[in-house]
Amino acid sequence: MFKRLHDTPTVTIKVNGQTVRARSGDTVAAALLAAGIDHCRTTPVTGAPRAPYCLMGVCFDCLVTIDGIGNRQGCLVPVREGMEVATQVGKREAGR
Amino acid sequence: MIAAADLSPAYDLIVIGGGPAGLAAASLAARAGLSTVLFDENPGVGGQIYRGITSTPVKNGTVLGEDYWAGAALASEAKASGASIVNGATVWTLDPSLAVGISIAGKARLVQAGRVIIATGALERPFPIPGWTLPGVMTAGAAQTTLKAQGLVPSGRTVLAGCGPLLWLLAAQLLRAGVKIEAMLETSSRRNWLRALPHLPDFLLSPYWRKGLGLMREVKAAVPVIPVQKLAATGAGKLKEVVYVSGGSERRLLADLLLLHHGVVPNVNLAMAAGAAHRWNERQLCFVPELDDDFGSSVPGIAIAGDGAGIAGGTAAAERGRIAAIAAVRALKPEASVPAPQVVRQKLAREEMGRAFLDVIYRPSDSFRRPEGDTIVCRCEEVTAQQVRATADMGCEGPNQMKAFLRSGMGPCQGRLCGLTVTELIAEQRRVSPAEVGYYRLRPPVKPITLAELASLPIGEAERKAVER
Repeated sequence: MFKRLHDTPTVTIKVNGQTVRARSGDTVAAALLAAGIDHCRTTPVTGAPRAPYCLMGVCFDCLVTIDGIGNRQGCLVPVREGMEVATQVGKREAGR
Repeated sequence: MIAAADLSPAYDLIVIGGGPAGLAAASLAARAGLSTVLFDENPGVGGQIYRGITSTPVKNGTVLGEDYWAGAALASEAKASGASIVNGATVWTLDPSLAVGISIAGKARLVQAGRVIIATGALERPFPIPGWTLPGVMTAGAAQTTLKAQGLVPSGRTVLAGCGPLLWLLAAQLLRAGVKIEAMLETSSRRNWLRALPHLPDFLLSPYWRKGLGLMREVKAAVPVIPVQKLAATGAGKLKEVVYVSGGSERRLLADLLLLHHGVVPNVNLAMAAGAAHRWNERQLCFVPELDDDFGSSVPGIAIAGDGAGIAGGTAAAERGRIAAIAAVRALKPEASVPAPQVVRQKLAREEMGRAFLDVIYRPSDSFRRPEGDTIVCRCEEVTAQQVRATADMGCEGPNQMKAFLRSGMGPCQGRLCGLTVTELIAEQRRVSPAEVGYYRLRPPVKPITLAELASLPIGEAERKAVER
């Protein structure tokens, strides 16, 4: 769905255990889009897949688990080397 | 990077939002000697219009255009002004005593302000068409954000749909970046032209018309622009086709990405939760705050600058920020020297010129604002237009009562993506004005925060005594 104009990826993160290369300056949501990951969560109501929609912190469709903490807005969190991201299934799980 | 623990307990001025209004306000106030902090939840300053201004990888100046690069001066002025600029900072409450609740990297603090300027800007108007929740459907603003901040551009079959200046600007920027656009589906009604005519003279005196015509020419030379009366996104689990009706016949376009946009509206959540009075604006089809000449709201000490005060664009936002900041300096430090307000007001009047024409010509059609059937209205709680309409018919009179029936507006986005739609649907069913229906009652926290973040608030003597025996 998206491609990079020029920069070479320099940061490595894990998404659901798989290695994904991102660029320093990416948000988590941008890194997922660049990696071609087609959805980042499923809804708590019907289980429908959702992907980032607004990329400006208002829609909450890019909610993911980041380093063990659920319901983080992927579009507001910059990637960091070694970061572990997990797509979220339904509502935030108790304890994370 | 400033941590929550590094913040002072109090500042003369707290500015919320780091777009043009916030940056201009913070610069002016800090230069005049007010202790000033600017909180912004994004990784860098610039807001949406100047997103990524200090860090964008898109170095080719023509792609984003000169209006974008004008933001660099605002950002460097703010940095040099002495104001503390805190990014990655989420403001979750502001109350009439001017206490601001902030969370940075999971740690919360309450900070006291002498004055507050809310500069939380605008967000894209909800665009509830069938299938707008499918992966592969995004806002035009989202594509622009990721172009500016990360240098990411659409790679597959890309369709733009909607109306308004931003849609044309995005199309031109994507074309300059080498992106192929399959089609631009134009949703505004041709009848708007007649209604806009009285505003044409002002528009022709503004800088908008020359820029606008240039953009439209650039886009039309490369992209088929098709007027549409109906629009839907279809696909199983992700977008596959854009279905539209043009001139009475239905057509389908294979698409990997559909970018929607039909204007922007004030982001009212923080201002309303702080108690600032708002009223319905029929020309801009949204709620705007009631403000005095200095952008002061109905809550003493709280001003609302930028597009949050009603949509006028980025350059007007900066002037509004300056006017609000001058008022703050005059209230807190009358001896300080500030720019002459009448000069700033004149600049603002020039920047606001032509806006009425744009509001009317790009007024989104009723059918794209008031969906029907099983089109989702509330994305978080997956509530449909039919449910909202039927509940209104049963006698549910307003959006707050609607929450009790359907949970619309009660998910994590707190009504940002459904509020205006729910208000307009209820108004249509009841055959009254949206002004009479009103908006969701918004309360803090205006962004979801965890109990752990709340528990990280420093505990003082008074708090301890309140719970210990």
